[in-house]
Amino acid sequence: MSSFEETGPSTPVTESIRVDKVKPQARLGKRVRAILVIIVAIVLLVPVAVMLMTAFKSRSDVVAIPPKVIFEPTLEGLVFLLTERSQLSGEALEEAKANADDLGLFERVALDNGQRINGPSDFLRRLRNSIIIAFGATFASVTLGLFAAYGFSRFEVPGANDLLFFILSGRMLPAVVVTIPIFLMYRQLGLYDTHLGMILVYTVFNLSLTVWLLKGFIDEIPKEYEEAALVDGYTRFQAFYKIVVPQAATGIAATTVFSLIFVWNEYAFALMLTSEDARTAPPAIATMLGRGGIEWSAIAAGTLAFLIPVLIVIFAMRRHLLRGVTFGAIRQ
Amino acid sequence: MATPSIDSMGAPAPQVAVQEKKHRTLSDRGLVNLFIWPTLIILIAFNVFPLLYSLFLSFTDYSAIIVAAPEWVGFENFGRVLASEKLWESFSITGRYVFLSVGLELVLGFGLALLLREQFRGSGFVTTLILIPMMLSPVIVGLFWKLMYNPSFGYLNYLIGFSNPATAPDWLASRWAGEPMPGLALWAVVIVDAWMWTPFMALLIYSGLKAIPDYLYEAAVIDRASSWFQFRRITLPQVMPLLLIAVLFRTIEAFSKSFDLIMGMTGGGPAGQTEVLPIRIYQQAFLGQFQTGRSSAFAYMVLILVIAISSLYIRSLNKAKEG
Repeated sequence: MSSFEETGPSTPVTESIRVDKVKPQARLGKRVRAILVIIVAIVLLVPVAVMLMTAFKSRSDVVAIPPKVIFEPTLEGLVFLLTERSQLSGEALEEAKANADDLGLFERVALDNGQRINGPSDFLRRLRNSIIIAFGATFASVTLGLFAAYGFSRFEVPGANDLLFFILSGRMLPAVVVTIPIFLMYRQLGLYDTHLGMILVYTVFNLSLTVWLLKGFIDEIPKEYEEAALVDGYTRFQAFYKIVVPQAATGIAATTVFSLIFVWNEYAFALMLTSEDARTAPPAIATMLGRGGIEWSAIAAGTLAFLIPVLIVIFAMRRHLLRGVTFGAIRQ
Repeated sequence: MATPSIDSMGAPAPQVAVQEKKHRTLSDRGLVNLFIWPTLIILIAFNVFPLLYSLFLSFTDYSAIIVAAPEWVGFENFGRVLASEKLWESFSITGRYVFLSVGLELVLGFGLALLLREQFRGSGFVTTLILIPMMLSPVIVGLFWKLMYNPSFGYLNYLIGFSNPATAPDWLASRWAGEPMPGLALWAVVIVDAWMWTPFMALLIYSGLKAIPDYLYEAAVIDRASSWFQFRRITLPQVMPLLLIAVLFRTIEAFSKSFDLIMGMTGGGPAGQTEVLPIRIYQQAFLGQFQTGRSSAFAYMVLILVIAISSLYIRSLNKAKEG
């Protein structure tokens, strides 16, 4: 390295100007980097775009060789996903076509494929199960997690670090490892394939997330607020729900959303602990492949139904995204 | 639970305050217990108890579909699992999968993080966009990529320039132009994992980069340090703690979440080439003969491995928080 004596004191001054002011050359580098980032983003989003396209392709367009980029959008995928249909032939088909004007949108799409809609498909039930279980488990895990997080944040809990590790550790195990005994336990208790059973499993599964995340958020609320409230005659509990809970509202909202997404997306537990009554959408979409002809457009439509809520959440929660995924370890 | 007699505090003379405080901490203890124990109890009921139960089962010949009561067989299950060649194969597949995906994510993520360091108009929007893959359900992502990889009507081969299906790779079947090419399916899965998680890695590293104080670089510039020197002696050591967290976190996640993704894409095939440990356990425990006892033994070995990695992770997490 060049020593100070050699170059004299004037050199560092010019060098420091280089740090503060951006030369044109550096500005060009900046633009190149920005363009590179955008290219990376586009490449990463291609599969998502393909999925969106596939959801609106007709059956024959999906399997066209080479794959089509320009195509006539249809609602076939959505109709296949949401309805049970039967094939019409001969006279029945003619008759149905004659009355096509009275039909609703879905029925007309089905008719274009020579089919009649008999009723809603199982998928709607799966979706409903997903919603019930996701909200139930999220409510339970956020409530329990909020209390526990407050306890860990504000008080000296003996062995707090070990307990927090214990809480987190459950999350790190592969689902299949814990599911074998839970499966047997559930069979004994009659919780197998029930909403309650799934809500319980996901509550436990998400507690690690909610406790860790909420603890981080509560840690950021100055203790002085509560202390002032206590001096004003509030009880600890009152101070908790009148001061801390409103202050932590953003954090609670972010935690709720992450918990919802985790349950919404979860597959392994649902695969192993449900069969019919409480089966959620992810394993249902996955088994759609197995049955008869692969209806890719239906799968893509199902994926789309899954993607939209997640997209909304990502944009609403983008400031907390990293924090949510790392259990509060990283504050963006 | 409630703290009594705070109303009587009037103007708190110092001594009174001390007394009150003592009183309050005592009832606080009760409150803490009330707040923390419900969580702990439910975790014990659903994590600790099942694990103890499966520890017991791992020493028995129990099968979930046979009515017979579990019979004690000692270490036989463990012996059999360890002796099975497929176990070691599965271990090595899992190892390769985790190593390749985390490694790829680390290298690509670091590059992307360095790019992200330059803020530009709309960079926040772009960073949010690239996080979409990671928030999707892994099994659905897997299904979806199955379509992308399809040798005849999938997009991927066309996008990378193979327009003739006959000479193109059939990724998920581990075949290239009709010839078997072992390992291709594993790479296919690794690529999807990297697709999902590279942005995450990049963002973590980026938040580490942002935290590096400018004066370090200014000092380096004054000393006329080369940019390679700056990278090696300032950037790298400064982001190291976060890098470690990111790598360990992804290692654990790749390990446990591989199940969803691979089930969606290949189900462990072709011919077991992507059969990572969780899938193997699943097949033993829930398909075919339901070998509950043996799969419990198997699961326990995996459990110990995961706990070892997790405790490393937690330790580095705590260190990063202190530092």
